[in-house]
Formats: sequence, C-alpha cells, structure tokens
Amino acid sequence: MSLDPATVKRIARLARIRLADEALPRLQGELNNILGWIEQLSEVDVEGVAPLTGGAQIALRQRPDVVTDGGYPERVLANAPDRAGEFFAVPKVVE
Amino acid sequence: MLSDLTIVEAAAALRRRDFSARELTQVHVDAVAALNGRLNAFITTTPDAALAQADAADAALAAGNAGPLAGIPLGIKDLFCTEGVRTTAASKMLGNFVPPYESTVTSQLLRDGAVFLGKTNLDEFAMGSSNMTSAFGPVENPWKRNGSDAVLVPGGSSGGSAAAVAARIAMGSTGTDTGGSIRQPAAFCGIAGIKPTYGRCSRWGIVAFASSLDQAGVFARTVADCAVLLGSAAGFDPKDSTSVDRPVPDYLAATKRGVRGLRIGVPAEYRMDGMNPDVERLWQAGLAWLREAGAEIVDVSLPHTKYGLATYYIVAPAEASSNLARYDGVRYGLRVDGEDLIDLYERTRAEGFGDEVKRRIMIGTYVLSAGYYDAYYLRAQKVRALILNDFTEAFAKVDALLTPTAPTGAFGQGEKMDDPIAMYLNDVFTVPASMAGVPGMSVPAGLDSQGLPLGLQVIGRPFDEETVFAVSQVIETAAAFTAKPTIRTGQ
Repeated sequence: MSLDPATVKRIARLARIRLADEALPRLQGELNNILGWIEQLSEVDVEGVAPLTGGAQIALRQRPDVVTDGGYPERVLANAPDRAGEFFAVPKVVE
Repeated sequence: MLSDLTIVEAAAALRRRDFSARELTQVHVDAVAALNGRLNAFITTTPDAALAQADAADAALAAGNAGPLAGIPLGIKDLFCTEGVRTTAASKMLGNFVPPYESTVTSQLLRDGAVFLGKTNLDEFAMGSSNMTSAFGPVENPWKRNGSDAVLVPGGSSGGSAAAVAARIAMGSTGTDTGGSIRQPAAFCGIAGIKPTYGRCSRWGIVAFASSLDQAGVFARTVADCAVLLGSAAGFDPKDSTSVDRPVPDYLAATKRGVRGLRIGVPAEYRMDGMNPDVERLWQAGLAWLREAGAEIVDVSLPHTKYGLATYYIVAPAEASSNLARYDGVRYGLRVDGEDLIDLYERTRAEGFGDEVKRRIMIGTYVLSAGYYDAYYLRAQKVRALILNDFTEAFAKVDALLTPTAPTGAFGQGEKMDDPIAMYLNDVFTVPASMAGVPGMSVPAGLDSQGLPLGLQVIGRPFDEETVFAVSQVIETAAAFTAKPTIRTGQ
C-alpha cells in the first residue's frame, strides 16, 4: 500500500488542512514510510478477536439527561475569534 | 537548601513552621526566573499568583486546616486547562487560549493547597518524545554527557515538567501519558514519574490527544513524593465518563510495604537484540535488588510486545484526527481568514498545527477513511485486545513487571529528527502498558557510561498503583540514586 500524490491531497482535504504543492512530495514520503512500517500488523492472526475500543475495561457510565452546566455565554464566547452578539461569527455560508 | 528538599520533607517542615510557604515559593519563583531562560521548561510563569497561593497556604497552616500539599510549588503541564491562565498545548493553535474553567486534576491539587509556578512546556498537543515539536521552542535537559556541553532533550511529551523538577526549579509537576509521555521524560531527566491506571485520574479539562489512552499523572524527585501528589490528583469525577468510581488508597503508606513475597515478572520480549548494555546491566541490577528484598523473580511472556508501537501509531492518530477536528478557527484559538468557511478551516489548520501534528492527523484521517477502516483501524483494535490479553495472562502469575523505561538515555537536540519512526521507537517499552491501560512508573536507577540517568519501569495490575509504589520504593532505596544534573538551582 503506497499513497500517490492525489490520495495525499484527498486526505489533506478530508482533514481540512491546506497543503501547498511544494510540501506534497516530502509529506507523501513520510506518510508512506509510516504506513509501510505499520503494515507489519497484517502478520498478526486476529481471527475471532473482539476489537478493544476503549482504555477502561468497564461499561461507560450513564447519567440522568438533565442540564448540569451552562448559562454563561460571556465565558463561552471569551476566546471567540469573532462574534456577533451572543453568537460565534463565521464567513457567510448561505447565499 | 530549600530547593533540594523533597515534598514529604518540605510538607513536614512547613507544619513545624521551620520556614514559611512564602519563603519556599519565593525560592522557587527566583529559581524559575534564573534558569528558565536557558531551560525553557515553562511556557508561562505565574509568580504573582504563586506567591498569593503561598500566602493562602501560610494562613491555612497557621489556622491548622492546611491540605496535604499546602505551600508546595508545582509545575503544571500546559495541557491542563487552568482558569484565567493561558493554556497552549504548546501549539500556535492555542497560543492565546485562556480557559474559563479549571481541569479536575489541577482543581484537586489547588484544593489540597498546592502552589502553581506556571505552565510547563511539552511536545505540541503531547505528540512527541523529545519536546522538539513545541511551538514555543525546545526544552534543554538539565543533564550533560560526561565532558560534553551538547544540549540534550528532556524526553517528551512532558519534557518541561520533567526538566523543571530535575533542575530543582519545581518540587513536583503534572504530566500526561498517552504512550510514554510521563515515564520516558522521567527516565531521561533522572526523576520519578507515574502514569496511573486509565480511569484513575479525571481527563476533564485536559486538552485531548488520544482519549482511550490519555491519562494524567505526576513527576517528583522521589517515589514517596509521587505517591503524595497522585493521592491529590486521583479520584472519581462524574464529568469524565471514563473516570472510575473507586476510593483512592493511601499511596504513601503503600511505598512502605516492601516486596517480600511478591512475584515480579520479567517479560522475555523486552530483551531486544542489540540492547544498550548499560540498560541491560541496570535491568539485571534492579531484579537483583528486588530478589534481595524478598521478591521472587519470574519469567513471563508478553508475545505481542513487538506490535505495540505499530498498533499505537494507528489508534492514537485515529483518535487524534477526531479530537483535533475541533480546532476549526470558529469558537476559540487561532483563526486565519479565508474565501469561504472551508477555506477558513484549511488555512487555520495549516497555519496553527506543526508538522508532527499534521502528520498524525493525516495518518488518522487515512486509517479511518472509507475502504481502509477495517484493514487498519479495526485490525489495530484487535491487536490491542491481544496486547491487553498478554498483560492479563502475565498478571495471573505475577504481581508486577520490571522492565527498562526507555531503550537509551537522553539523546541530543536535533538527533532522530529526520525520521519520525526513529523517534517513535523511544516508546517501545512504554507503549504496551498504555495500550493495556495499566499503571506504570519510572524510577531513576543509575547512570549510563556517559553519565546520563536511566530509569526502570514498574508495571502493575489495573488499579494496583499501591504495588507499583511498593516495588518502586524498593528500587529507589536500593539504587540510592544521588547524582544531580549539571544545570540546577544553586549552581
């Protein structure tokens, strides 16, 4: 498995990271090295093994579905790069 | 000298009023001011807040209601959100982020009277083993090779936390460990550090990297000091759904248990071809110390050890790519304007993330993408189950494992930088315990032939940090590690 330049660009697009064309060859090489190295897992027999999804060997705890926090828009918005009233502001997305 | 005291000694002296919390904090504030320009162990220092906290500790000590950490000056890894104090994750992305809340772990340290000297440096978003990926510059390891001035790395990701404690500019510090980020820097800097069981410390308010692996822990110069710090940091938190509701034992008492009658496992697969002879020698010494103290040494097998790192470099980037999707330039952190919203996201993330973070996000995005999920991510989760099973079977036979912490001592700044995989191999001995979620502690045990500290790792059963502390204390006592780094307070 080796990534071609178009695939690297597609991954960058999916990851929402702008990728300059001149940075592409080096990144492609690095990603292919890493993927080639992790390819060793294909030799492990995982037949019938249940995947381990979490770090704790316990069922996730549930709690009552009630509001326990909130009601302070100024604190929530304090780090906003841009805001309009009590809202986060972004460039226009609907014409 | 006050800066050479352990936390246990300082806490007793403060209660006797031998000196005030303000005096103790002033010594450390001055030490940070004197050495941080060179070490770069702190990204942000908070001397005024520290002195105010020290005054509060003095008042509590006088009133007789002081907590166990009253007046103890600590460094806080800049991955823990601290209310009103900038929290950067060593990334440009969060360069100006001021959290409106306090992480659970730091709030518990404050509850117990601790003094915070500031926020310590780390690899960007905790992704690294050298502290070289910090957007705020590298950290200098206070240790030097014999007869050399070469600047060495402190390890990582919690490099600033480890360097600060080693250089005696903080008495202890917090860290986080996802694949070795507490244990490896502790070993490189000649101090003690523990990653407790996954679920033991709340992750609430810690900037997330790989949520099924991330676990908070502590650094100090002695095993007993780590026990005191972890006693405050640990505990159930309803705000973290993976926090486990179990009582926190008296860890300091556990350090005094000894190892008589314990069975200590030696995993065959950790003895690697071409192993550093100093590391091998120290490992054998550690086993001999435990045997002399009454433990039985037992050979065990962890057959999937060799797949730990490759598994980690699928699981951790996959989780990171998901966790770091939140940095979109909209709600907090860096924003770089673009032509439209997608362009804003892409420019913000290209500008805000460093190279290693981008690499990991892209690997994670790829292994989770349609058509590759089963081949990479699902397979890695199955191998992870096999790794956990290895530990479960070993712990049916033994009470704890003893291994080296890292394959070598500290390396130089700039070494291992050209090949990401060469850097990843640093964590070969620490990653398996992370994959299994079990506790691990690094104890300074000796010096290599170049005069650099090496650590031994004690790995325990889930939620049995007490045995980890008992074994670690025996090693610390037998090793009698008294060497000090070249760069330290008072030099």
